[in-house]
Amino acid sequence: MWDFEFTFEAMPDLLNGLLTTVQLTLIGYSIALTLGLLVAIVRRVPIIGGVLHFVMEFIRTTPLIIQVVFVFLLTPANISAFTVGVVVLGVHYAAYTAEVYRSGIEGVAKGQWEAARALSLPTSRTWGAIVLPQAIRKVIPALGNYLISMFKDTPLLFAIGVTELLTQAQRVGSESFRVVEAYTLVGLLFLVVSIPSAIIIRRLEKRYVAV
Amino acid sequence: MEFLEQQLPRYVDGAWITLQLTVGGAALAFVLAMVVGVLGTTRFWWARAITTVYVETFRGIAALVVMFWFVFAFPDLTGFELDPIFAAILALGLNVGAYGAEVVRAAINAVPKAQVEATVALNFSWFQRVRLVVLPQAWAQMLPTFGNLIIELMKATAVVYLVGIVDLTSVAQQIRSATGETFLAFGVAFVLYYLLAQVLIFGMRLLERRANQKLGRAPAGGGLLSLLRPPTVGTQVGVAK
Amino acid sequence: MSPSDTPDNDLHQGVAGEDLIVFDQVVKRFGDLTVLDHLDFRVAPGERVTLIGPSGSGKTTILRLLMTLEKVTEGMVWVGGEPFSHMPRGSGFAPASESYLRARRKRLGMVFQQFNLFPNMTVRKNVTEAPVHVLGTPRDEANARAEELLELVGLGDKVDAHPTQLSGGQQQRVAIARSLAMQPEILLLDEVTSALDPELVAGVLDVLREVAETTDITMLCVTHEMSFARDVSHRVLMFDKGRIAEEGHPDQIFNDPQHERTQAFLKSVLENG
Repeated sequence: MWDFEFTFEAMPDLLNGLLTTVQLTLIGYSIALTLGLLVAIVRRVPIIGGVLHFVMEFIRTTPLIIQVVFVFLLTPANISAFTVGVVVLGVHYAAYTAEVYRSGIEGVAKGQWEAARALSLPTSRTWGAIVLPQAIRKVIPALGNYLISMFKDTPLLFAIGVTELLTQAQRVGSESFRVVEAYTLVGLLFLVVSIPSAIIIRRLEKRYVAV
Repeated sequence: MEFLEQQLPRYVDGAWITLQLTVGGAALAFVLAMVVGVLGTTRFWWARAITTVYVETFRGIAALVVMFWFVFAFPDLTGFELDPIFAAILALGLNVGAYGAEVVRAAINAVPKAQVEATVALNFSWFQRVRLVVLPQAWAQMLPTFGNLIIELMKATAVVYLVGIVDLTSVAQQIRSATGETFLAFGVAFVLYYLLAQVLIFGMRLLERRANQKLGRAPAGGGLLSLLRPPTVGTQVGVAK
Repeated sequence: MSPSDTPDNDLHQGVAGEDLIVFDQVVKRFGDLTVLDHLDFRVAPGERVTLIGPSGSGKTTILRLLMTLEKVTEGMVWVGGEPFSHMPRGSGFAPASESYLRARRKRLGMVFQQFNLFPNMTVRKNVTEAPVHVLGTPRDEANARAEELLELVGLGDKVDAHPTQLSGGQQQRVAIARSLAMQPEILLLDEVTSALDPELVAGVLDVLREVAETTDITMLCVTHEMSFARDVSHRVLMFDKGRIAEEGHPDQIFNDPQHERTQAFLKSVLENG
C-alpha cells in the first residue's frame, strides 16, 4: 500500500531536490539563450562559422549524459558538480537554440538589411535595433519549448551526483526502502511542473504567433 | 592506434547494444505513436482522453525517471523483476511514443478535409479511410519529425548505463577507468555516436524522399549525396527527452 | 417529375412510390445562417436535374446532404424509398448511424469541384481501390473496368500516371471515372468545371454529356455552365435563399424565366460569362 507517512517525511527532501532542478533549469536556460544567440551570429562569419556549425552539430548528435560525465571527469575537483552540470546543460541546449535563432534571423526580410544599409547604420545598430528584435520575436515559442525540455533533462545530472530531484528520490527511497513511493513521487512532481509550464508556453505561442 | 586495436571490439559491442536499444525503442514508440495518434483524431471522447493522458504524462516525465521506476519501483510493487534492457526499451518507447503520437495526430489533422470527403463519397469504411488514404498522405509529413525523434531516442539510450546496461557510454567509462585515458576513451565513443546519428539521419532522409515521390512531389533534387545535408532543426527537435 | 410544391400530406405515399430522391421539409443551418429553409423537392429515377442560383443559395448543400457529408438540421431526406438522413427506430426515426449509411451510401457517387483525387495513388488505384475494398470486386475485374472507364473519359493512356502529372481537366475526368466505377444510381456533380482553366472545361463537359446520353444514371448537377444545363437536364431548379424560386424545363427557365430572381441571375451569368 501507499505509505502516506513516508510521503510526508520525504516531501521536504524531494522539494529541495525540485528546487535544485528548477535552479539548474533556469541558469542552464539563460546560458543556452545567450550562448545560442552568440553562436547564431558568429555562424555567419566564414570559416569560423563553418567550424562552429560542425561543433554544434556534433554536440546535438551525441548524448547529453556522456557529455556531462566527460566534462565532469576533466574538471578540477574544486569545481562543483552543480556548476559542471549547469554549464554542460546550457552549452548542449545552446546547440539547439542557435539553430532556432538562425531560422529567425534568416526569416528577417532582405529588405530590412538593405534599409539598414541605406541608412548607413553601424553593424551593431543593424543587429541590435533591426534584425534581432524581429528575429527573436518570431522564435519565442520555439525557444519556450526548450525550457521544458531542459527541465526534463536535469535528472541526467544524477550521473555526476548533483542533488537534484531524482538523486534525492534515490537517496530517500533507498534509506527507507520505500522505492515505489519515492520514484512515483518524482514522476508526479515532474508532471506538476511540466504540465502547467506546457500550458503557459502554448498560451505564449498563440499570442506571439498571432502577431 | 594501439589503443584502438585493443579496445575497438568492446566499443563495437557497446555500440551494438546502443543500436538495439534505439531500434527496439523506436519500434515500440512507432506502434504507440500510430495507435495513440490515430485514436486522438477519432470522434470518441474516451479515445481522445486516452491520447491526451498518455501524451501529457510521458512528455512530462523524463525517460530516465520512467526507466528508474520500471527497474526499481516496479519489482517492489509487483514482485516481478524486469530485464533492464526490456525496462529501458519500455521507458524510451513510452517517452518517444508520446512525442510521436502528437506528430501523428497533427499530420492526420493536416490531411485536407476534402480528401476525407472523397473517401466518404466512395463509401470507404473508417478503417479503409485511415489505411488507404489518410495515413499514406500523412506519412510524408510525419517523417521529418520522426527523423528528429529517432536521433533524440538514440541519444536518450545513453542513460541506460545507470541501470547497469553495458552500452557505448558504459564502455567508454569502463575503458577510461582501465586506461586512465579520458580523452581517448570518451572521444571514440563520441565519434561512434556521431556516426550512428549520421547513419540514422541518412536512412530517414531516404524514407522521406521515397514518401514524397509516392505523393508525386519531386525530390529536392540531386543524387543520394544531397541527402547528406546537415540535419534540419525545427521547433520540435530536442523535445524528446 | 415532381413539382416542389407537393402538399405535405401526399409525401409519405410518394416516398414509397416512384421517386428516387425526396427532400421533405429539409432545414439546414450553419450556426445562425439558414442555408436550406423547409425545402421540399423530389427527383425521379433517371432524371437529370440542374441546380442553379447565386452562390450561398444552398445548391451545394443539397448535394452534400445527399452524400452524407452534412447532416440535416430538421426534416428528412429519402433515397429509393428509404430514409437516408435518418434510420427507422421503433415507430419513429433516429439520426442515421455510420453503419446504416454504409449499407446505403453506395447508391450515390459524387464528383467534386476540386477533383479530390488521392495523391498517394496512381490513376489506376484511384479508380480501383473503392470497387475492390468497398464492393469486393476482384482486382482483375476492377482493373479491366477501370481501363474501360478511363478509355471512356479519354485517358486510356494515363492509367499508370500519377494525379500530379495530369492537368486539372484530366484529373476531373479521372474523378468522374472513379465515381462511375462504383456504379452509382445517382451521380452528384458539384461545380465540376469551376476550378478548371477555360480551355479545359469543354473536355470534361463532353464526357458528362456522353455519360448522360449512354446511361440512365440519375444526375444532380450544380453548375454555372448554362448551355450544358440546357443540353443534358430534364429539369432546372432555380434556388434563392435556401428555397426553390422557380423550376421547370430548361427551355422555359432559360428562354422565359418567370421569377425576377431568375431573370436577374441569368442576366448576371450571361454578362460575366
